[in-house]
Amino acid sequence: MKFGVLIFPGTWSHQDFAHVFQDVLKVDWGYIWHKDTSVAGHDGLILPGGFAHGDYLRCGAIARFSPIMHAVVKFARDGGPVMGSCNGFQILCEAGLLPGALLRNESLQYRCRWVHMRTESTETPFTRMVGKGRVLKIPISHGEGRYFADPETLGRLRANDQIIFRYSTPDGAITDEANPNGALENIAGICNEGRNVLGLMPHPERASEALLGSEDGRLLFESVLSTALRR
Amino acid sequence: MLEAQIHVTLKQSVLDPQGDTVKSALATLGFRGVEDCRVGKFLVLRLAERDLVKAKSQVDEMCRKLLANPVIEDYVFQIHEVPE
Repeated sequence: MKFGVLIFPGTWSHQDFAHVFQDVLKVDWGYIWHKDTSVAGHDGLILPGGFAHGDYLRCGAIARFSPIMHAVVKFARDGGPVMGSCNGFQILCEAGLLPGALLRNESLQYRCRWVHMRTESTETPFTRMVGKGRVLKIPISHGEGRYFADPETLGRLRANDQIIFRYSTPDGAITDEANPNGALENIAGICNEGRNVLGLMPHPERASEALLGSEDGRLLFESVLSTALRR
Repeated sequence: MLEAQIHVTLKQSVLDPQGDTVKSALATLGFRGVEDCRVGKFLVLRLAERDLVKAKSQVDEMCRKLLANPVIEDYVFQIHEVPE
């Protein structure tokens, strides 16, 4: 299993993912530059956080038109596992691979801190090993993470079990206080209808070692690896 | 030469905390008559196209494909003649 880590101009979390793959999980990985046109040879794709193309116009709006995105869309439509974290989540929404959009935090302030999120569904390659209802401690670092979708889309997400993570208290209660950005229904992460594309605002790559304060994020990568092995 | 002036704003159904903050600031200054405030973007494009009808359809496509996100934003635009 080889992970491809995408880099756009302005991406900043790629080295954190690379470190987790190289030094923590010791799995095969490689960078993919946004001007490349192929993702061949990769079995899973990561769209890391940052400010791709300066986040000009809207977060993810320009990145969506980077040459590599044709290959990413095809990879996703063919069922390959794709994870977008933070800015990566914003890009996946702009690219139409995930429904909805991420808006300016309700507080209007950048939020960089630990949050807890409750696992709402284990039916994705990224959460298979996590356990339904399990609360993960993962950091966030964003100014535009308020998930929004119109009522019909939100209803579809609920009906299809596409809401994967919700901000919660450490013991799993979904409260306004636990919501760091005003996201609808405390949504921290969703998947597509095909369940192979996951977008989340928190940063699992920054919570994959005890030294950093939490190892919970590693579960997402280990889930993908175990899914790949079972194939 | 044709110039397009485009306004992009958050849909009414989308909470605009920035607009609310500006409204509060105006109230603090004594401007209490502001009932609602929405903050948006204003884009000005100079177009090579000289035909008004074609220019309108091009700008509309630009708005739909890139300049506005239909999930969260509405757009309006005007096109008028400006000196070369």
